[in-house]
Amino acid sequence: MTANSRTRYVRTVVGTFLALAIATGCDRTGDPAAQQPATSQQPAAAQSATVGRPNLSGIWQALNTANWELEAHAAEPGPAPELGALVAVPPGPSFVVGGEIPYLPAALEKRQMNRANRWTADPEIKCYMPGVPRANYMPYPFQIVQGTDAIMFTYEFADAVRIVHMNDPGEAPANSWMGWNVGRWDGDTLVVEVTAQHDDTWLDRSGNFHSNDMRVVERYTLRSPDVLLYEATIEDPNVFSRPWTIRMPLYRRLDDNAQLMEFKCIPFAEHVLYEHVGAEENGE
Amino acid sequence: MQKQVAFYSSISAAARAVAVAAIGVAFAATAAAQSAAPELAARDWKVPRLADGKPDLQGIWTNKTITPFERPAELADKEFFTREEAEAYVARTLERTNRDNRTDDVNDVLSAYNAFWWDSGTSLLPSMRTSIVVDPPTGRIPPLTPERSAALAAQRAAIEERCKRPGCAVANSGALAPADEPEALDLMTRCISFGTVIPMLPSAYNNNYQIVQTEGMVAINTEMVHQVRRIPTDGKPHLPSHVRQWFGDPRGRWEGDTLVVETTNFKGEFFGRMAAADENLRVVERFTRVGPDVLLYQFTVDDPTAWTAPWSGEIPLTRIDDLLYEYACHEGNRGMENILRAARQEIRAAGER
Repeated sequence: MTANSRTRYVRTVVGTFLALAIATGCDRTGDPAAQQPATSQQPAAAQSATVGRPNLSGIWQALNTANWELEAHAAEPGPAPELGALVAVPPGPSFVVGGEIPYLPAALEKRQMNRANRWTADPEIKCYMPGVPRANYMPYPFQIVQGTDAIMFTYEFADAVRIVHMNDPGEAPANSWMGWNVGRWDGDTLVVEVTAQHDDTWLDRSGNFHSNDMRVVERYTLRSPDVLLYEATIEDPNVFSRPWTIRMPLYRRLDDNAQLMEFKCIPFAEHVLYEHVGAEENGE
Repeated sequence: MQKQVAFYSSISAAARAVAVAAIGVAFAATAAAQSAAPELAARDWKVPRLADGKPDLQGIWTNKTITPFERPAELADKEFFTREEAEAYVARTLERTNRDNRTDDVNDVLSAYNAFWWDSGTSLLPSMRTSIVVDPPTGRIPPLTPERSAALAAQRAAIEERCKRPGCAVANSGALAPADEPEALDLMTRCISFGTVIPMLPSAYNNNYQIVQTEGMVAINTEMVHQVRRIPTDGKPHLPSHVRQWFGDPRGRWEGDTLVVETTNFKGEFFGRMAAADENLRVVERFTRVGPDVLLYQFTVDDPTAWTAPWSGEIPLTRIDDLLYEYACHEGNRGMENILRAARQEIRAAGER
């Protein structure tokens, strides 16, 4: 939302209709070198959002075990003994600066309970959008499309997507699964502040969680043309005793035929989501 | 809620008056506003470009309109509304969508939608065409092939037979269909495909799209339901032909200042207006900036095993001063639970499980 109200129902109808009808238009620039779309409603200052900045566009993917568990852990059996090593939990180091996530005591109990129930309670099982930062380190590629005043992060998993607004969009209209994303540059680092996320997402498959007051500040810095250094600082006074940071490289997918493919996981989740609905034994 | 309904009703009335007045202006500009893209460009306006020289398609656009998808039968061969016909059509449409449909039965909920919910706008396309479909010139899509027609009829017959037994419900299509397993329900009920994403046709609401563009890539986020089409313009070939996706596999190329997108590799399962299409579908779309706030969108649907001829349409997208909402359909799909529960209990009550 710009400073102008979003609820100008009549004005929007009239404005767009007349803009169509009046073919002469009310543009402000015919300069072909302008990076900014020539609209009657966008400020010229938006041009600086991405011009002259590193271009983070491309297909990226984490190459680690962060989605299994953010803290260091040994290998463990997985949820299906009959699938043996195929679905075992691999070992992994910590991605948390300082090693451990600083839970408040009551929250730590909840994390332990989540962990005990992870093969049924993890929202990833249900093909729910994963939220931020988890979407960035799932084992599937995502694509950054760095536009002029918006940067799109589009994820293969569950068609999750978020738009990073590079011009102040105002307050979040409501909570959402992928949050309200506001970006700015700090030198050559893209900084994204993410707020207003639903508390239904987890931070990994091991039950690490957050409340809907969580605030995430991400930092993206190109270490080399094909490696992005990614940091995310998580702040949530309902759950953690202090802010804490995760850090990991993200790697560019260099395959000639690299592209995000369609991973619509809804059909795979329907069985587990709905098998008990209407079952007599549940008294439904 | 009542107050808001009254507010939107009054807005509708005001908007209707404004829309009718604006039709006068649009009608005067009809000649300039017809479908040939270059003619819509303003005298002083030049298409803005990105650093790579390509036209900038970015922004947040809507295709909401009350122009019908196909030409209404009563308009026969009329390709364009006259001013009087347009005014009458707008007035009739707004009256129909806003009338008090309250009843005392279950239809009370089904009929509850009015302009508070619909977001089709209150205006026709400025071209004054009587339909979004422009080819065939009748403004109506061609008939199905005999084979496709027979196949769909056989499917309907099988469903009718099945629905003589318990466990069916009225689907989004308006017909009875099995409702006891998710796979039996339509793609919209499952939140897999909402509205018509390809081609970009307007729907009841959330008719909004955000385009973000960089060198070699145009990405379109369709608000309903957060469906992103990633369109490479770097000459990459399509996926192998045996790899099929619900939303196909798009590839773009620039022809002058028009982005041409060809989408193939469809799975062959569709919803709504495209329900008759199959895996042989190929859609070609053309995007052309024609003004500061207008992105002309033209499409051709080609599916030789479904329709007897290709068909085409066009609709200018207009820029909106707003941001997209996140439409998290699957995450909140209580409707699925309720539908399955009712169907399964009905089956159990009938002693069939």
